Formats: sequence, structure tokens, C-alpha cells
Amino acid sequence: MEIVMSVLVGFLFMAAVYLMLSKSLLRIIIGTAVLSHGAHLLLLTMGGFGGTKPPVVAYGVTEAEYADPLPQALILTAIVISFAVTSFFLVLAYRAYQELGTDNVNLMRGTEDYD
Amino acid sequence: MINMPLFPILIPLIFAIILIFFPKNIRAQRLVTLAGLVFTVGAAIFLLVDVYTNGVQAVTLGSWPAPFGITLVSDLFSVLLVTTASVVTLFAVLYSFESIRTEREKFYYYPAVLFLLTGVNGAFTTGDIFNLFVFIEVLLMASYMLIVLGGEKAQLRESIKYILVNIISSALFVSAVAYLYSVTGTLSMADLAVKVPEIEAVGIMTVIAVLFLVVFGFKGAIFPLYFWLPGSYHAPPIPVLALFGALLTKVGVYSIIRTYTLFFTMNVDFTHELLAILSILTVVAGCIGALAYFDVKKIIVYNIIIAVGVILFGASQLNEAGVEGAVFYLVHDMVIKAALFFLVGIVAVLFGTSDLRKMGGLMKTRPALGWFYLIAAFALAGIPPLSGFPGKLLIVQGGFEGPHFWGSIFILVTSLLVLMSVIRIFLYAFWGEPVETIQVKPSVYRRLFVPAAGMVVLAIVLGVGAELFMPFVSGAGEVLLNPSIYIDAVLKE
Repeated sequence: MEIVMSVLVGFLFMAAVYLMLSKSLLRIIIGTAVLSHGAHLLLLTMGGFGGTKPPVVAYGVTEAEYADPLPQALILTAIVISFAVTSFFLVLAYRAYQELGTDNVNLMRGTEDYD
Repeated sequence: MINMPLFPILIPLIFAIILIFFPKNIRAQRLVTLAGLVFTVGAAIFLLVDVYTNGVQAVTLGSWPAPFGITLVSDLFSVLLVTTASVVTLFAVLYSFESIRTEREKFYYYPAVLFLLTGVNGAFTTGDIFNLFVFIEVLLMASYMLIVLGGEKAQLRESIKYILVNIISSALFVSAVAYLYSVTGTLSMADLAVKVPEIEAVGIMTVIAVLFLVVFGFKGAIFPLYFWLPGSYHAPPIPVLALFGALLTKVGVYSIIRTYTLFFTMNVDFTHELLAILSILTVVAGCIGALAYFDVKKIIVYNIIIAVGVILFGASQLNEAGVEGAVFYLVHDMVIKAALFFLVGIVAVLFGTSDLRKMGGLMKTRPALGWFYLIAAFALAGIPPLSGFPGKLLIVQGGFEGPHFWGSIFILVTSLLVLMSVIRIFLYAFWGEPVETIQVKPSVYRRLFVPAAGMVVLAIVLGVGAELFMPFVSGAGEVLLNPSIYIDAVLKE
């Protein structure tokens, strides 16, 4: 299972890099969302898939069956943060499109002399 | 008071939340922000004295014992930075009263500043590596807001790049935390310091250490990863720029110093050698940038990069002089960068441009500004009685005592280039043929000048009173070099 997940994480990272290298701002944002999800899955995978029982101390649950709760707690935090950042980025992209008249990042290059 | 380390984090947070309720009443916003920052500075100073007299203070949140719960740890290193950050923010807010426009003040500028301080203080204080990620996200969220606030074309353009770089580095941060957790099974820094030396697979720990260096290098702008900084820091208005320059990159630098002294010490030959080489390259790259531009903001922005290199070189030596120098220089740099940005901001306001070639002759009309700028420039370059000198001296000494004596030579040589880059501003803006300046009301000018002069005075005090200040710095260096002090304070029964 860990191997399958690792391959999936690698695929997500690859897709994210491909999307982020494109010119359209919207594709870049989707790329960042995919990238953060890849990172979250990696975090879950690295915690190990040892346990089958829920991460609650209950009668009859041995240490071997007990799922590690920490990666899940960490992912929850990381997902909330990445949602917030992605939504902010989407709003910013819309505003930038209104102001700059383009969503092509190649046309957004500029020095301080150019406005 | 056992919960003292929480106060510099909670006070700005609570005041920021209060401020959200009445955004249009600027007078009240200003007063409440000032009150909040004064309380924060007071709490930070109280904490500084407390840590100095009673040793490292640790708070376990929810009373979960250390390796399981999140710990907030205040040692002398972190509390020095918390105090400096709070003081710098106080001055930046005083400076913003005149220089930030009312439209920005009405759109939650002050809450964003306070949230930024919450994140910065939290990142300095936390003793858990995932919690560090969370606090860094808090301060990044506030910085995203500050960088776009105003919605000018250049701001929108640059903030997209800034956010993109930070999202990628955050994703890498999560990945690095994942690897660290899978190898060690813990995320508490003190527990990591115990467990990392026991791990036999030194190779994989080295990979993780370098991955963390990449992540913090993005935040702290070290050599190949500083590319986003000059553009992004050019866009926002001066007080925001001063806050970013003084606080944001320093969080990355702090994280590198903390992780590379506390637990990534298993393969010093490779990791710290790499850090030393990268920091020298950072200094060189920063110097090239600082000399290349004719824009006052750009010159100071590149000086941020130089300072990052100098500090990290001191930390990479892992000897007493080098680490103490890094701590001292870090505090000095936060103060002096804010001072320089304030002064340069006044210059830019007076001429209506930040292009050096369109300036001249300010010494005749504003002599006080000129003298204060000259003092700040000398302090930045490390001319003896001022605040840059003791830190740089210790860092250079650390380099000569350590394995990288060539690095010290680079730092000494580039000090001259730093001096040249800032004196160039002095030559163009203050000497030469007078150019017509924009008429600024004396009261407005005074309110801009007083916080700037205050920061310069602070830099002078830090340099002249270095002897008073050294016990704190050497205490911080001691904690950094003997992780057992930190571990004992956190993992105590």
C-alpha cells in the first residue's frame, strides 16, 4: 500500500510541476492545489498505514492495531491552510486579471520602470 | 508567571481581532494598535528579563507532556528576537501613521500588521516543527494581505510571484516534515535533538536536513533561492517593506539557525560546509545586486540578502564566536534594516521618486536627515562604535577559528562593498546640485522623521552599549551550542 501511495504522490507532484510551468494563471493555481494535496498524501503515507483500529484508546485495542493519529491531525491543519491560500490566490488572480487585463504570466513580467 | 511565553503571541492576536470590528474609524484603529504594541513590547521585555534570570521557559499547551503535545519554548535566542520584532513593529506602525494612505488604513492594514507580528513571534517561540509551519503560514497569510493591499498594478503582479514561491516552499515544508516524521517518529524539537543522534542512517537525515535548508532558504532568501525577493519587496509601500525586510526573512534565518544547531548536527562536515558556502555566495550575489541598481529601495533590498548571508555564515561555524556573532548581527540587522527603509522612504517622499539619478542636494535643506542616514549607513557596514561592528567582528573571528577562514575574508571585503552601496545613496541624494523637492508639511515630516531617528538611536545604543547587551547574546549562544540546556528545559518531568 505504501508503494502505491508513493507512486501516486510522485504522480501528483509531476502533474503539479507540469501545470505550474504553464503560462495560464488558472492552471498554475490548480497546479499549486495539486502540489499541496500531493504533500498531504505524502505526510499521510509517511505516518505509516499500520493501524486498522481508530486512533482512540479503547478496551481491547493493542498497540499494533492502533492507527497513528498524528499524521491525520497534521494533514487536517495543512489542508485547511492550503484551502485558505488557494482561495486567496484565486481571488488575487481574478483581481490581477481585472487590473492587468491578462492571465498570461509571460505578460506579467515587468521591472520597476514598467507599470 | 508560567504562561509568560504566550503573551507576545496572544496580545497582538487579540488586539488584531478587536481591530477588525471598527475598520473605518482610523483614530481608534491607530490608538488600539499602539496600545496593543506597547503591551506586546512590555510583555516581551518582561519575558526577556524572566528568561535571563530563570533560564529557558517552556509552556506545554493543554498540559500534554513534551514529546506528545506542542511546546512553546522561550530561550534567550528566541526571546531576543521576539523583543526586537515587537519593537521594530511598534516603530513601523508609528511611521505608517503618516506614510500609509488612509484607504489602506481603512482596509484592515493595522490588523494585518498585528497578525504578522503574531506569526513572527509564534515562529520564534514555538518548539515544535509542525507548529513552526503553522506559524509561518500565519505570518505569510498576513504578508500576502499586506503585499496586495492597495491593489496597484505592480503590487498585483509581484504578489502573484511572491505567493506562488511561498506556496511551493510550504508544500516542500510539509514534505520535509513528512520525511522527518517517518524517520524519527517525533516532531518536537527537543525530542528530535534526543532522537536524531541515535539514528544510524546518517545519509537520509542529511537529505532531510538539506530539504529543510531549501525550505527555510526560500523564506530566508539564501543564494539560489532569493530570486523572488527583490521584485516582491519592491512593490509594497515603505512601512510594509520595512516590516518585511526586518521580520520575514529573519524567520527563515532563525529557523535555519535553530534546526542546524539543535538537531541537524549529525553530519556537520557536509551540511554546515554547504551552509557556509551558500552563505558566502549569498553575500556575493547580494553585493552584485546592491551595486547594480540606481533605485534606493532596490539597494537596501539587496542589503537584506547580504545580511542573511553574513548571519548564516556565522551560524555555520558552530563555534562560540560565530554563533554569538550571528545572534548579535541578527538583532542588529532587524533594527538597522527598519531604520534604513524608514530613512530611504523619507528621501523617496521628498523627491517623489526612488531613482537616485533624479536626486541631489538634500544636505542643504534637511541636514538632520543626512546625518542620521550617514550614521545608519555606517552602522550597516559595521563601522566600529555602531551596532554592526560587534556582530560582524564576532562572525569574522568565528570564521578564522573555524574551518572556513576564506569566508571571513569574503565578509571583510564585502563590508566595503556594502558601505559603498549605501554611501552611493548618500552621494547622490544628499550631495551634489540641489534638485527641487516636494513641499512636505513640517508636522508630516516630523512624524516620519521621529520613528526613523528613533530606530537609528536604537542602533547607536546597541553598538555603544554592546557591553551591556553581550550577556544576553552570550546566553543565547550558550543555548544554541549546548542543546542539552534546551532539551532539559523542555523534557523535564
